[in-house]
Amino acid sequence: MRYVTRRAGLFVITLWAALTVNFIIPRVMPGNEASAVLATFRGVNPAALHALQIEFGVNVHQNLALTYLQYIANCFTGQFGLTAQRVPVVTEILGKLPWTLGLVGVSTVIAFAIGTLVGVVSAWRRGGRLDGILPPLLFIVATFPVFFIGLLLLYVFAVTLNWLPLSSNYSIGATPSLSLSFAGDVFTHALLPGLSLVIVTAGLWIYSMRNNMITTLAEDYVKMGRAKGLPSWRIMTDYAARNAILPNLTGFAMQLGYVLGGSILVEYTFSYPGLGYLFYTSTTDHDLPLMQALFLVYTLAVLICVLLADLLTAGLDPRTRDA
Amino acid sequence: MSTAAITAEATPLDPIASARYPSARARFTRALLRNRKATAGTVILLIVVFAAVFPGLIARDDPQAAIYGQDLGPSWQHLLGTTQLGQDVFSQLVWGTRLTLIVTVVVSAIATVISMIIGVTAAYVGGLTDRSLSLLTDVFLILPTLPLLIVLASYLPPGTVTMIVVLTFTSWAFQARQLRSQGLSLRARDFLAAARVRGERTSYIILAEIIPTMTSLIVASFLGLSVFVVGFAAGLQFLGLGNSTELTWGTMLYYAQQGGALEAGNAWWALAPGAAVAFLGAGFALVNYAFDEIGNPALRPVRKRRARTAA
Amino acid sequence: MPEPLLEVDDLSVSYLTDAADIGAVDHVSLNVDAGEFLGIVGESGCGKSTLLFAIAQLLSPPAEITSGRVVFRGQDLVRLSDSELRHVRWRDYSVVMQSAMNALNPMKSIRAQFKDTMRAHERWTADAIKTRSADVLRLVGIDPEHLDSYPHQLSGGMRQRAMIAMALLFTPQLVIMDEPTSALDVVAQRSLMTQIKELQQQFGFAVIFVTHDMSLIAHYSDRVMVMYAGQVAEIGATASIFQRPLHPYSKGLLDAFPSVRGPRRPLAGIPGSPPDLGRPPSGCRFHPRCSEVMAQCATVKPDLIDVDETQVRCLLYTERLRDAV
Repeated sequence: MRYVTRRAGLFVITLWAALTVNFIIPRVMPGNEASAVLATFRGVNPAALHALQIEFGVNVHQNLALTYLQYIANCFTGQFGLTAQRVPVVTEILGKLPWTLGLVGVSTVIAFAIGTLVGVVSAWRRGGRLDGILPPLLFIVATFPVFFIGLLLLYVFAVTLNWLPLSSNYSIGATPSLSLSFAGDVFTHALLPGLSLVIVTAGLWIYSMRNNMITTLAEDYVKMGRAKGLPSWRIMTDYAARNAILPNLTGFAMQLGYVLGGSILVEYTFSYPGLGYLFYTSTTDHDLPLMQALFLVYTLAVLICVLLADLLTAGLDPRTRDA
Repeated sequence: MSTAAITAEATPLDPIASARYPSARARFTRALLRNRKATAGTVILLIVVFAAVFPGLIARDDPQAAIYGQDLGPSWQHLLGTTQLGQDVFSQLVWGTRLTLIVTVVVSAIATVISMIIGVTAAYVGGLTDRSLSLLTDVFLILPTLPLLIVLASYLPPGTVTMIVVLTFTSWAFQARQLRSQGLSLRARDFLAAARVRGERTSYIILAEIIPTMTSLIVASFLGLSVFVVGFAAGLQFLGLGNSTELTWGTMLYYAQQGGALEAGNAWWALAPGAAVAFLGAGFALVNYAFDEIGNPALRPVRKRRARTAA
Repeated sequence: MPEPLLEVDDLSVSYLTDAADIGAVDHVSLNVDAGEFLGIVGESGCGKSTLLFAIAQLLSPPAEITSGRVVFRGQDLVRLSDSELRHVRWRDYSVVMQSAMNALNPMKSIRAQFKDTMRAHERWTADAIKTRSADVLRLVGIDPEHLDSYPHQLSGGMRQRAMIAMALLFTPQLVIMDEPTSALDVVAQRSLMTQIKELQQQFGFAVIFVTHDMSLIAHYSDRVMVMYAGQVAEIGATASIFQRPLHPYSKGLLDAFPSVRGPRRPLAGIPGSPPDLGRPPSGCRFHPRCSEVMAQCATVKPDLIDVDETQVRCLLYTERLRDAV
């Protein structure tokens, strides 16, 4: 239990840090972007305007500490103000969320499955010519910038072969519906961005998983499993893979931040209108409220996954249960 | 001093044996030179460094001169074609190497130094200092890098210095944990106890005793970090948040994307800088991988002499 | 005379590294009869653990058996296929390792680790598994309520005994033990040794016991083998080795352990340290550290020869034999 409390504490502190970063930056950085932006806001929802003023320190004539507390309260009640287009930030984000969630969610799950399987098996079967070539090859592919892979795939499949669409999440003129044809349309549009993400993420996970597995295989209890005459597959799963994955689950979750960063670049490369593309346009539009809110969303996403991983570890690893 | 510490542990006490038993450092260097991955990686890095230092020897054209035909394909005059504005892509790639490499190296170096000081201090001093520094590291590790980079870069005036600052700010935490673990394992060693008994100050012990012993790990950290700094720098520039007025591989990517290179069919302009980033990243990765293998012999390729056969 | 239970014949093990092949075990031969307790002693790095794992067919790359046979109950284990070997494992011979904390799977309860062993070999009913698990734990003096514990929840001594209990699940004919008491304090050590001896007498299995602590097995072993630098230095009945050690190394080992009841005398260690097995000394491997070294020891490699009931690898005796003839 103490383990979970400690990890929950880290969750709270990191969240607090992200919120504070959002509060401090406009006040500390040179230039007065924020006031210039807010000056253009006229005749809008007063509550939203007020929230923005608090967040950015414009026209706020009160104690800094008080402002800070009000800002935190606003965040918890979902008052993130308006975008440059005078749409509530929350609405805008919620609208694009499903697209990114679908793309990144599915890609990550696939990449994790591939990564674990290939990593475990490749560590189990050492020796042979592949053993010297495959791991560094995978590592290198994993370090390829994700947008390079994206551009490459685009060039081969969309521009040259014309098999797949060039951009966006569904064809222009198509109306979103629950039909099979629309689903197919969405799928073809998500295929290349998804593939780019899977390639890079899986590469990274295969590499980490393989290293963890190799270290675990050197343990005495694996040797003991052999000594007891257990069948190979049982040693591989029950004695090695489980002990390789579980203690490292949190580490895997923390790599999610890197994957999310990659998803922003992928969405930009493919003009895929999810949260990542929104993040990009918020920088070109100097839409500070939207930008800062998106930063929080991404941070929260990583935090939730890390916390989930921590809970899983606490539940499944007997050593942390007693810690 | 610290070299003596390494050799002292590596050799047996028998003076006859120590003559034919090379120091740990010598064995390590020999292993590195023999490793094929390290060689490949080093070659890549040397090529890049050469292009950064002597770009004029490789590419004659002025990279910014927009005097050629637009969106031309590859030819003998233009090995990688031209941009939308009529600039020679190959020249841009070669001349852009310098700033790209400088940014990468500067960021990695500073971040590694910060990482090292924090990691080792946390390990050595322990207690509340350790807990606070570790908490700080954890927070920075969880905060997603690119989103944080984007927010910071948007507020600061665009330019190379801004890029270096924000990249360093977001990447110092990457290696701090490993360096702390290494620091922890060294903490109990005898040569440190000797220094403590001599009455040396903590800062002296950290700077002059611990850190020199960790040299290979520090170099490995630097290399490992560089792999990702190259990518993050390029990513930031690709989004237009870097130093768009300067010539780097990342800014080439930005202009290619803005100029609709792929749609116009000008694949080389769009792909070449990305390939270059991958190339440099691979170079760092290979050398780093070789370091990993040498440090952890379990990771080395296994020689299978014979398989079990039935009686 | 009945066939020996285990016959190790000219066994050699090397570590095949990129740099060089390092010979950890050099042409070792030994026999173990049914019900016999054989102790193997030697310094760290002499190859005794490697020998043990080689016998148990538990070597991992880069270690490999490069020559010899391990004949157990008439079968050469080295030549068996993986599936044939699995059939023999644990049922006919089992292994007890040095640190139960490392040898027991930290994520499985004791019960689960017993169960997967039993299931791997035969079809047991759930009840039979429960009964047998409880029985073996009681054998080593552990309350069966600990079956549901995880390794980290047990004390060091209990963990080691649980490991021994696990080794006895099928009451094998041979139990191979690699320094099972090293991780324990002296009191727990003695208690464990006594327990092992009692179990051995009760069930009649043979034991090969590796240790660096000669005094530990003095009361328990029937025969002792002294290993040095990957070779057998001396092997014979425990009483003979302890009362009349032949090899200078054995003498040195015994001198290093003071007797509780004997007269006080200065402790003598053996000068120098074990050789680099990548480049072993010429001639007799022990000669650089030997107090009775002769000129020819640096050039002539001594063979293992019989002296009365003991076998010893030392030129001191080769000479005598030749002189006697």
